[in-house]
Amino acid sequence: MIAPSSLPRLLHAASERPLTLSQHESAFGSATITTSLLEELEASGLTGRGGAGFPTAQKVRLIREQRGHSKFMVVNAMEGEPAAHKDQALLSANPHLVLDGAEFLASMIGANNIAICVARDNPTVVNHLERALHERSRRSLRGPRLELHTPPWRYVAGEESALIHWLDDNESLPQYRPRRPHILRIGHSPALVDNAETCANVGLIGRYGAAWYRTLGTLENPGSTLVSVTGAVERPTVIEIELGTTLRSILHSAAADPDPSAVLLGGYGGTWLHARHLDTPYNNAALKNLGVSTGAGVIVVIPKSACGVLETQRVVRWMANESARQCGPCAFGLPSLAEDLTHIAHASRDAELAYHRLIERCGVIEGRGACRHPDGVIRFIRSALEVFDVDFDTHMHGAACAGSRATRHYANVPSLEREDELIWE
Amino acid sequence: MGMRRRSGTFVLQVNPILCDGFGHCAELAPELVKTDEWGYPIIVNEPVPLANVAAYESARYAERGCPRQALHIQRFSEKKPH
Repeated sequence: MIAPSSLPRLLHAASERPLTLSQHESAFGSATITTSLLEELEASGLTGRGGAGFPTAQKVRLIREQRGHSKFMVVNAMEGEPAAHKDQALLSANPHLVLDGAEFLASMIGANNIAICVARDNPTVVNHLERALHERSRRSLRGPRLELHTPPWRYVAGEESALIHWLDDNESLPQYRPRRPHILRIGHSPALVDNAETCANVGLIGRYGAAWYRTLGTLENPGSTLVSVTGAVERPTVIEIELGTTLRSILHSAAADPDPSAVLLGGYGGTWLHARHLDTPYNNAALKNLGVSTGAGVIVVIPKSACGVLETQRVVRWMANESARQCGPCAFGLPSLAEDLTHIAHASRDAELAYHRLIERCGVIEGRGACRHPDGVIRFIRSALEVFDVDFDTHMHGAACAGSRATRHYANVPSLEREDELIWE
Repeated sequence: MGMRRRSGTFVLQVNPILCDGFGHCAELAPELVKTDEWGYPIIVNEPVPLANVAAYESARYAERGCPRQALHIQRFSEKKPH
């Protein structure tokens, strides 16, 4: 077994077809569960790749200390972000690496069930996983039981409490959690939820150890990560980069527009970043100073020709539609934010009024939902107001800018055809 | 009614999923709750001292008067404020 010494780690030995179990074991070596796994995980300093960037070892320890005969390990590969494709890329290259990581994590918390959650709207990945699970079940029946679950694809269905709600009660709606940290439970059994990429990283750490893992990346943010680059690129790509690479070189290796006006980091609940910050290293420690985080590993590149107001408005309109309609401030607030942005984007007569109302409403809605969905939208809008201040200014003075008349849009959202038939079950 | 402890603080919390915006809380506890333009409550975030008996009384009225039972009084002892 030879540890991959340089970059593709997670996508090591990837080809067009997902690796079979035997190919996977010859490429990565066989996975053996040892007792020092948690120490290795702690020493590696791995942080979650789903968006929050929480230290994985801390989360594992919290669930490990819970009482209970049965526990659940949940692999979150829902990928609610329309701009993110990293879980899909990972599961269509090395599905067994993710499953290995899930088994490592299950042994650390003492779980006897592993649930892998993939959106049912992505049949390719569902097929790949069904095949991988079949190969595993033929190998041996020992160890935790692996199960595939296919919730509907919604933006908030990938939120951890919504995912647990789905596994518990077949409703992918977020839950109210007044006290943090909150232990999510399926029935009475505590559950650990981790992103698919986090699991794949655990699969590597469990094999090769923390010292190997730390050979890439910085002290605070070690390792490598997958980023999905979309927008003004030749073709949308998922690339694996070392944490701490500058944004400019990521854009270069993804063949993106070399001189954009802004980039969107972290996904549609993330933040815009002005192009003058492109030389910042891509990791949470460096981006925190700018009030930005890597989030779910999404980079959307917006060229100078595009209109920032219009891009923001399209995304917010879609995000408002994706609200679960559980909490009033989110169900009524987000559509009215979208409406205000539409007034500004069309440079209508009350654009200036809408601008001030938008800022006021952002302050009112913030922090009043059960999940972080409205907060993410507000963070997104606030950063847009800052980054695209020139565009907003032009629009408010009665002239829609040239970019807003263009037919090409960069921050892609799924079409709103099925607006009235949202599926939650 | 037994003795009520006067030290420590409390906050009124709302479960936003249960809340349907009836607006009873804003009438019963006007010093703690405002409503937004859609009729949903905006509750003061800072912990209120329990010594403020009038505020605590109205918080209890709001808690009991909520038709959806979405309100909850969270009390904090003196030692660890929030």
